[in-house]
Amino acid sequence: MEPFTTHAGIVAVLDRANVDTDQIIPKQFLKRIERTGFGQFLFFDWRFMPDGSPNPTFELNQPEAAGATILLARRNFGCGSSREHAPWALVDYGFRAVIAPSFADIFFNNCFQNGMVPVRLSEEDVGEIFRRAAAAGALGKPYRLEVDLEACVVRDDAGFERSFEVEPFRRRCLLEGLDDIGLSLAHTDAIAAWEAAHGLPTVAG
Amino acid sequence: MASPRTLLDKIWDEHVVCSPAGELPLIYIDRHLVHEVTSPQAFEALRLAGRQVRRPEATFATPDHNVPTTDRRLPIADPVSKQQIDTLRANCREFGVRLFDLGDADQGIVHIIGPELGITQPGMTIVCGDSHTATHGALGALAFGIGTSEVEHVLATQTLRQAKPKSFEVRVNGRLSPGVTAKDLVLWIIGKLSTEGGAGFVLEYTGECIRSLGMSERMTVCNMSIEAGARAGMIAPDSTTFDYLRGRDFAPRDFDRAVAAWERLPSDPGATYDRVEIFSAADVVPQVTWGTNPAQVVGVDGSVPDAGSLADPGERANVSRALEYMGLAGGTLIADIPVDRVFIGSCTNSRIEDLRAAASVVQGYQVAPSVRAMVVPGSSRVKRQAEKEGLDLVFQAAGFDWREAGCSMCLGMNPDTLAPGERCASTSNRNFEGRQGKGGRTHLVSPAMAAAAAVRGHFVDIRDWEYR
Repeated sequence: MEPFTTHAGIVAVLDRANVDTDQIIPKQFLKRIERTGFGQFLFFDWRFMPDGSPNPTFELNQPEAAGATILLARRNFGCGSSREHAPWALVDYGFRAVIAPSFADIFFNNCFQNGMVPVRLSEEDVGEIFRRAAAAGALGKPYRLEVDLEACVVRDDAGFERSFEVEPFRRRCLLEGLDDIGLSLAHTDAIAAWEAAHGLPTVAG
Repeated sequence: MASPRTLLDKIWDEHVVCSPAGELPLIYIDRHLVHEVTSPQAFEALRLAGRQVRRPEATFATPDHNVPTTDRRLPIADPVSKQQIDTLRANCREFGVRLFDLGDADQGIVHIIGPELGITQPGMTIVCGDSHTATHGALGALAFGIGTSEVEHVLATQTLRQAKPKSFEVRVNGRLSPGVTAKDLVLWIIGKLSTEGGAGFVLEYTGECIRSLGMSERMTVCNMSIEAGARAGMIAPDSTTFDYLRGRDFAPRDFDRAVAAWERLPSDPGATYDRVEIFSAADVVPQVTWGTNPAQVVGVDGSVPDAGSLADPGERANVSRALEYMGLAGGTLIADIPVDRVFIGSCTNSRIEDLRAAASVVQGYQVAPSVRAMVVPGSSRVKRQAEKEGLDLVFQAAGFDWREAGCSMCLGMNPDTLAPGERCASTSNRNFEGRQGKGGRTHLVSPAMAAAAAVRGHFVDIRDWEYR
């Protein structure tokens, strides 16, 4: 996994709550058996008109969101289906971090497996970032943020700076780009001991 | 004396393999359920890393999400879908995983066949790359959905990295009124808790109402825990659970000894939860969702909310957006909403009890001329049982399509989808935008309510139904 230490980039705003994984990557794209190439389908039903042209009113299609690598949304981002295709699509599109007041549990876990940081900030702080992004957008400018995982801080170049919390083990895995499974396999003796102590559950049939 | 523990505490404590300093605990996984959509990338990564499946005999697979529900003897028309199902077959063969394949007598929706075959048992940890894995908690297991990277992790290690979730007791006192079902109860609870009220928690449903529910109803309740944001929902095992499991294919051979162990699982008197909510079953009426998430729900005797009357601007925007998508005006009576399609199926409501309830409503009636209706049994076993009871004939005589088992129009990955603008009364679990087909409009209801809507062509209060 690609390590994540600090990342500075353009912010795309998605001023919606309860963005579910069916919206992030609609079901018609889940038939693929690969992990890559999902970015073209990200937010497909919102992003494109029925004729396939970009939806001019959708947030990610605005000029100031071009090249965005940080996504800003409202509460309960990533709810619904467990599909890891959702973070795959976000990462493949170019996002390295999502900032929201809250995330659904499964999506939140899935982000860490893909080198993308889910940043939880308060409703007020998220609201402030929305205001700052809107102000920049009104001037036709992109709004930029830096997500610093080493310091656990989000900051812009105009005085906004907030700290956020990340579970320490997840943070270390991201910072060092560790292979989760490799780490767990280092505990194979403990796993075998557990199995021996519990007797493997009877599997009939 | 040891301090009192909850059901969650007991299962959790039992399954901690190790808690190395500076790492999240490793939790042992007893059963791993696998389907075609969220597993191919996990098997591929395993192969690339030269890793094995640690316990293939604890891993069970079935194709369900992306399978046609038409005649199984016909080839799968969509080549991409066919490839995904072929890939599952090849992976199961290569890694020695038991597969309940298309055409197998035991194929079905993974969350239907787990309990049905007795693979799901009390006290177990169970995972699947699917958010509705919470269903299995109805048997007193700790069961939750995981992502594909975690599927790979479980395949390779038979464990998962997990911080212990918080516990949340959802106590429901009293009994449900006639005509009110487990589906209405869970939709109502989600409406109270919101779509994220359960985030970070495992819900344990308790109380007289829950104890009075049969296994199928308990599965309906636990199934939708994720729609309240909770990864898992669970119900302490009792005689209902043991009676359900006895004699099932994969149930323990020494069943009485297993029961003796399972009887120690329920939460101890005095055990404390991180959060408690107490509800009264008498307050629940048949429910219908009006919006684009399952918490946007109201009683069948109610009406669609008026966004303009909401004080909070964020909530006003959410409701307006949902109503615009749903093509509904604020204030519309639920009973005045017409439906074009009816879907009876999904891991929430496709067990034999659900089909019996729906069939008893349609018996002696016809599907309204403006409605297309279908029944998709949850498993091949459910289908056979229904046919044995003649339910297929009741449905077909009324004008319903009678299909093969699968997830079908719950998520519309297969050809069973809504057309843009079509409105559906559905017994499934999600009414998200486009969930059942791009532009489709989903109203979540119980099987009986869906059946009645099929007959009348609009929502009706099932409590007033004249059974024939």
